[in-house]
Amino acid sequence: MPWDRNQMAERAAKELEDGFYVNLGIGIPTLVANYIGEDIDVTLQSENGMLGMGPFPYEDEVDPDLINAGKQTITELRRTSYFSSADSFGMIRGGHIDLSILGAMEVSEKGDLANWMIPGKMVKGMGGAMDLVAGVKRVVVVMDHTSKNGDPKLLHECSLPLTGQGVVDMVITNLGVFEIDETGMKLTELAPDVTVEDVKASTEADFEVAV
Amino acid sequence: MKKIYPDARAALDGLCFDGMTVMSGGFGLCGIPENLIAALRDTGAKDLTVISNNAGVDDFGLGLLLQTRQIKKMISSYVGENKEFERQYLSNELELEFNPQGTLAERCRAGGAGIPAFYTKTGVGTMIAEGKEHKEFNGETYIMETGLIADLSIVKAWKGDEQGNLVFRKTARNFNPMMATAGKVTVAEVEEIVPLGSLDPDCIHTPGIFVQRMIKGDHEKRIEQRTVRQRENA
Repeated sequence: MPWDRNQMAERAAKELEDGFYVNLGIGIPTLVANYIGEDIDVTLQSENGMLGMGPFPYEDEVDPDLINAGKQTITELRRTSYFSSADSFGMIRGGHIDLSILGAMEVSEKGDLANWMIPGKMVKGMGGAMDLVAGVKRVVVVMDHTSKNGDPKLLHECSLPLTGQGVVDMVITNLGVFEIDETGMKLTELAPDVTVEDVKASTEADFEVAV
Repeated sequence: MKKIYPDARAALDGLCFDGMTVMSGGFGLCGIPENLIAALRDTGAKDLTVISNNAGVDDFGLGLLLQTRQIKKMISSYVGENKEFERQYLSNELELEFNPQGTLAERCRAGGAGIPAFYTKTGVGTMIAEGKEHKEFNGETYIMETGLIADLSIVKAWKGDEQGNLVFRKTARNFNPMMATAGKVTVAEVEEIVPLGSLDPDCIHTPGIFVQRMIKGDHEKRIEQRTVRQRENA
């Protein structure tokens, strides 16, 4: 059975290591915070200018001056620091953040990522995504394996405008896990009861099977 | 020189003109200069180029200036929360220059620090890099981005003193400190004007040299995504 959103987030959480500084994107990546192991110490960065992001507030703790990059109200921890957006992206661009987990519309077999624009249709902007994928040490994409129409999202080449070129290290979908390096894309794990044939049927990209 | 003005209208007096470039601090609706945005609207200045990470929502923040069609061009990283923005852009009524968020922040910082341009790897291989100078450093490709300055910067801080020293609060800091440095004139609105000497000089975020005018504002501080958790029953 394919993984659901929470199971994908749980799988992504296994990429976190003790001492990591991590940036989580909007959507499924946000859920990763719920599965951080008790035995490791991880600090979450929010690119609007905060290190050490806490959980969502109780109703009586809501503070309009304290939001995450998804504009949701959040809380601080004892370790928290605040800084400007320039310092925040200095951290990101300067390679000080260990891991970025984010969503995607398309990923190519070479690790190209598209997640910010559909020409003529969706005009929202890239926010911090281009800086994150260019600067963070390791980039993990968590996304559904196919689009809502059933079209493959893992492609030979992205058809949408790119967010970054050759930047994705790992893709976690509802069907399995792929690793990407200079040699190409490799299927390394399958969700329970999903077969390699199931994955091939809904994937355009070429990949090596290493499960 | 007296920096404190009685209200937002007085603080913008003589500073606004058609075709000007304005930097406006804030991330989403957090830390935006709400009083000065409303006063800028009331000046009627039009054909504005506005540099701001976001464009407000339809009826608040910079959305007010979109409603009145005073903005000709936006330089932003994300405008997803504003339907009127999307409509004006898709019907070619509004120019838009998307900048990656970190590039936008650094362009403001550079502009204020007298740095005309810098190289970054953000956006290499994407449409953001089209037409920009590419250069290799240590075997990696970077693109050149230019510093930004504005005719007017409007920013929001938590506390300020009569010298214009500013302290921001939590994530409401965001773009405000860099934008304060990059305005030919910078006007700050604060929640509280405090007596000189009451801010710890070691903890001032924006030194007063960057702030020419200041007001005490009233802040609605609207929340875009109120997200809460429930207390478990004891």
